[in-house]
Amino acid sequence: MKSMDFTVEAIIAEMAARLGKFLADRDRRDPLILGIQTGGVWVAERLRTQLGIDHPLGRLNIAFYRDDFSRIGMHPHVTPSLLPFSVEDRHVILVDDVLHTGRTVRAAMNEIFDYGRPASIALAVLIDRGAHELPVQADITGKAIELGVGEHVKLLGPEPLQLEFRRSC
Amino acid sequence: MLNPGGNIQLDGEGRLRHFLTTDGLDRRILIEILDHAESFAVVGDRPVKKVPLLRGKTIVNLFFEASTRTRTTFEIAAKRLSADVQSLSVNLSSTTKGESLRDTLQTMEAMHCDMFVIRHSGSGAAHFIARLVAPHVSIINGGDGRNAHPTQALLDMFTIRQHKPDFAALRVAIVGDITHSRVARSDIYALNTLGVREIRVVGPKTLIPAGIESLGVKVYTEMESGLRGVDVIIMLRLQRERMRSALLPSEQEYFRCYGLTEERLRLAREDVMVMHPGPINRGIEIDSRVADGERSVILQQVSNGIAIRMAVMALIAGAGRGRA
Repeated sequence: MKSMDFTVEAIIAEMAARLGKFLADRDRRDPLILGIQTGGVWVAERLRTQLGIDHPLGRLNIAFYRDDFSRIGMHPHVTPSLLPFSVEDRHVILVDDVLHTGRTVRAAMNEIFDYGRPASIALAVLIDRGAHELPVQADITGKAIELGVGEHVKLLGPEPLQLEFRRSC
Repeated sequence: MLNPGGNIQLDGEGRLRHFLTTDGLDRRILIEILDHAESFAVVGDRPVKKVPLLRGKTIVNLFFEASTRTRTTFEIAAKRLSADVQSLSVNLSSTTKGESLRDTLQTMEAMHCDMFVIRHSGSGAAHFIARLVAPHVSIINGGDGRNAHPTQALLDMFTIRQHKPDFAALRVAIVGDITHSRVARSDIYALNTLGVREIRVVGPKTLIPAGIESLGVKVYTEMESGLRGVDVIIMLRLQRERMRSALLPSEQEYFRCYGLTEERLRLAREDVMVMHPGPINRGIEIDSRVADGERSVILQQVSNGIAIRMAVMALIAGAGRGRA
């Protein structure tokens, strides 16, 4: 167990500032924000508030798009995806808590396209822990950390948001 | 041990491997299916009504008995999961049932199918086949004789839960030909497992099997008392061949005694749900005004059938991979 000398809320505040600038620089107006369940939704909700996005939050349950279904089957039930808007021709901000292999992001993008063709997707992650297995990079990264094999980071929440570091044996 | 009784429906880890009957499946499995079906239900509302879960899997619907809605909803469910699906209607030659069933199945297996949905007029047909198939092949029972119709039961439970989520508070009446109904049997097992307050079976004595009380139901041979105060009414289809077999006097007489009319509906709770597995016989077991009325959820049952069948297929395919 490592202790980290930063708070999740401080990282998110800083992400919101950089995300706002990222969108403004590219003239991506009136964006929609989507969180990947479960942790990504918590982060997305805070970003939504801080960026003053009026649209409701979308949440993605990527269980039906995972690439490991043929190996491990269905994952335990989580709340269904809910996109209370059309993504067609819209600028989308996709949010997750931890970027690791990149497979979750790939699954999420596949799912988004089954709802329509967005004008753009930007990826924002709280933690990039490295060890990507797919060519997926975040546009906005809260904190990049290097974790070794067998080390894990998990976002606990929703109140308060805390990072848990663990080593599996 | 996760599958202590050696239940043929479960794998060594207690996951669903075949889906043959609601009898003997515990609450955990039933709730898991209902919960997953909730997620699958929203797929039908999207621009692309498809998820890639069963891409590359082949599902064959083997229907030895006529069916439109069950077969169609199984097909749509398989397609929404991105599986390749083939439906076959097979005519039974009366003398070689057992043999032809086995032969048909082996032929299909040789085509590398992953899952079969079987409907057959013989009770126990799905179990029979489940014991024969290769370890990587799964069987879903689409209705066998008078034995079981488990996906119908689960879609009934799903529909009930959408409107009345607290099973423990519910009084449910199942009305009609209980003796010949696989839907009744599968519903009774599922309702008991989910812990409803009371299950009633309502119908003429000739169509209620002796000793059915042992399944935990109360028997009513009179419609009025049977419907009083119930939260859910499940009407069963009256098969016309029962008239010929002298179990019933006539259609008119049956409707007079056991038809669900608006007057009788008023005996149930004000927010009662009226269900029917379809196809309905208007004017025989149910009045059109009730079937099309505001208490009826009959068409919701059809839509929910797709989500339930997706959930069952996905769970089974997932468990199947664990065996590999």
